[in-house]
Amino acid sequence: MEPLDLDLDENELELPSEPMHLNMGPSHPAMHGTVRIVLELSGETIVKSDVQIGYLHRGFEKMCERGTWTQVFPYVDRLNYVSPMLNNVGYALAVEKLCDVQVPDRCQWYRMILGELARISDHLTCNGAMAMELGAFTPFLWYIKAREMVWDILEEETGARLTHSFGRIGGMAAPPTPALKDMCREALPAILKLVEEGEGMLLKNRIFIDRLENIGKISGPEAIALSWTGPCLRSTGVAYDVRKAHPYLKYDEVDFDVPVGTCGDNMDRFLVRLGELRQSARIILQACERMADDGPVNVDDPRIVLPPKQDVYTTIEGTIQHFKLVMEGAKVPKGEVYSYTEGGNGELGFYLVSDGTGTPWRVRIRPPCFPITQGLSDLINGAMLSDIVPTFGSLNMIGGECDH
Amino acid sequence: MGELKHVTLEGGASGTSGFATTKLDALLAWARKWSLFKYPFVTACCGMEFMALTSPRFDGSARFGAEAPRFSPRQSDLLWVVGTISQRQAPVLKRIYEQMMEPKWVLAFGTCASCGGFYDNYTTVPGIDKIIPCDVYVPGCPPRPEAVLDGLMLLQDKITKNATGDRRPGIVKPREDPVRDLVQLRKKDSSREGEA
Amino acid sequence: MSVRALEALKSKFGDAVIETHSDFGDDTAVVRAESWKEICRFLRDDPAMAFDMLVDLCGVDYPDRVPRFEVVLHLYSISKRHRLRLKARVGDAEGDGAEIDSVAHIWIGSNWFERETYDLMGISFKGHPDLRRILMYPEFEGHPLRKDYPANKTQPLVPYRTEAEAGLPLEKLAPFGIDEGMPFGRKVWRTERGES
Repeated sequence: MEPLDLDLDENELELPSEPMHLNMGPSHPAMHGTVRIVLELSGETIVKSDVQIGYLHRGFEKMCERGTWTQVFPYVDRLNYVSPMLNNVGYALAVEKLCDVQVPDRCQWYRMILGELARISDHLTCNGAMAMELGAFTPFLWYIKAREMVWDILEEETGARLTHSFGRIGGMAAPPTPALKDMCREALPAILKLVEEGEGMLLKNRIFIDRLENIGKISGPEAIALSWTGPCLRSTGVAYDVRKAHPYLKYDEVDFDVPVGTCGDNMDRFLVRLGELRQSARIILQACERMADDGPVNVDDPRIVLPPKQDVYTTIEGTIQHFKLVMEGAKVPKGEVYSYTEGGNGELGFYLVSDGTGTPWRVRIRPPCFPITQGLSDLINGAMLSDIVPTFGSLNMIGGECDH
Repeated sequence: MGELKHVTLEGGASGTSGFATTKLDALLAWARKWSLFKYPFVTACCGMEFMALTSPRFDGSARFGAEAPRFSPRQSDLLWVVGTISQRQAPVLKRIYEQMMEPKWVLAFGTCASCGGFYDNYTTVPGIDKIIPCDVYVPGCPPRPEAVLDGLMLLQDKITKNATGDRRPGIVKPREDPVRDLVQLRKKDSSREGEA
Repeated sequence: MSVRALEALKSKFGDAVIETHSDFGDDTAVVRAESWKEICRFLRDDPAMAFDMLVDLCGVDYPDRVPRFEVVLHLYSISKRHRLRLKARVGDAEGDGAEIDSVAHIWIGSNWFERETYDLMGISFKGHPDLRRILMYPEFEGHPLRKDYPANKTQPLVPYRTEAEAGLPLEKLAPFGIDEGMPFGRKVWRTERGES
């Protein structure tokens, strides 16, 4: 008989063990809305994971087929709802590519300003939420305060804080207000100061660094194979930014850098977003210099743009044009087009198929965070349970976009 | 200044008055309404306004004693349904509601939670009241944080007055009717023109 | 501009390439569904093509055509910065027999895109490691993005509450009927049964 105090190796003990199945979500504080991750755990390590999305599927593509081309704008807003202006601009550019029109310069600068403001709001929310989920509640509140400043500008311009529906085919719903440039010039330094304060709290914090560095690492070729784009791809070292590679609007006339990471871990994604935030502020200030203070904002094409209200009430052509555009929709030429812009998470693409009528035949959105969420399984397999929180937070999966 | 418009509450379903009948009930209602533990069931864009609501600018919860979000249905008494509920999410919502203990209230934050919004399709539940009972509807897409504060205060009102269990829901409406104001303005303008 | 890609495809695959065009600046090639896998492998591996990123994979429904569905693949090359759209037509008039090879082993990123196309359109991908529904729930029957699936046909997982249960009227009528008050003007593809 062996003495009972002999040290037994765990492997020699024949204790049956099975992996534990744990369900995270779909209603979970760190799940950014609605994702369910079914985990198979061995102790604290994740053996297998199944990421299940679709809890926010709202039938965007089906709804677009039931209205006119302009009626798609409110739906498009609610895709990436933290940066709605970028979606508006992306969709408007897609339809304009199909109609073969180009909006006037003033509108291009205006779209850039509003788009970059939306991108700032996106990155503030993502970084703030990620910090909050790790326990750093204060930087989240500061970033939300900065986001309120951005939303104040957007509210003054578009009328709504969050889902503006401000883009139109051939221009914007209204011209820029006279106060836009001053508001931007006042707000941006205040926002950047808040971002710096938040950074000061986080980036030298031992806990924050330990939870983010070397976690969720992915290499450049792997990320490309997984169809990643945007800040997540740039954090691996691949410098692909649609604004630089295939410039649209006036991005080739402004001076900005593209922050690129080195090893593709969570810390790099966090830092890339902070860097992009600063570059967006740079772009906005340059665009404010360049944007003209007067001039048309909508393209002068009666087939796609609504006439001024004065004409609608006094001339018959205006009335008919307004009626046809609202009731039947702009008659976009037959064909198909794929148009892409740099959304908050990466390459936001719209594949439009038109049958020549005012109703879209097919509006397909290529959501940037759909392939990124696909890569989540690979990132968390082998990591520990608590690593899911910063990894998922740094990917910035937006439910409305991923599940469209 | 208009008052908070809500569904009138006198005469409950059982025929008794909707007011608390004992001092104990009043005390309990007071305690409950000033310490609501919320379960933020956040799904979509309204979540962004929810975050803004909890931010220092609007401070939509701390001054009501409702700041602590409890991410467990067993520990919360106010279910905030924030955002669109899809058919796939519906069993999850129902289960969470059933896991909460009485007394519990539900606040439908946003149009999608109140009535499905403009997602009239195969995948959206047209309003959470098709699945669970709802106490306050806050319309808006997304509602301004001030509207949600109105909704919270309306809920507090209902908690005070519904101590006997009348659960008719209330809807947050603008305090002043904007159409009425516009009509008044036009009348004033046209009368002035008539004089001039 | 990847007109060179179109030329290379035509010269290498001959009559597997049915047609090519570059409308609106997008280079497009329609190929036979049988050569889908070969062509994709060539496009990724050939050094002059180097399409290392799959940008998008989706399906489009043309119910008046046979074959009915079109599988549309968008490719991008990070090193060469050119794009290509590849299409193939599958499926008969009823929507059955829509099968095409999976490219999940060529571009790992196509995994979820193919699952989504299967879920919403009903196109199966042969050789896909895990072909199951992704956006809809497993109990859902049918493929919602097809033109003959009515947009507001719901299949609720949780049965809706009745008015008797709730004690209140639950129907929130939309202000218009199914044609949204506009029976003229807009042309929306109608199902055979006359629903839109």
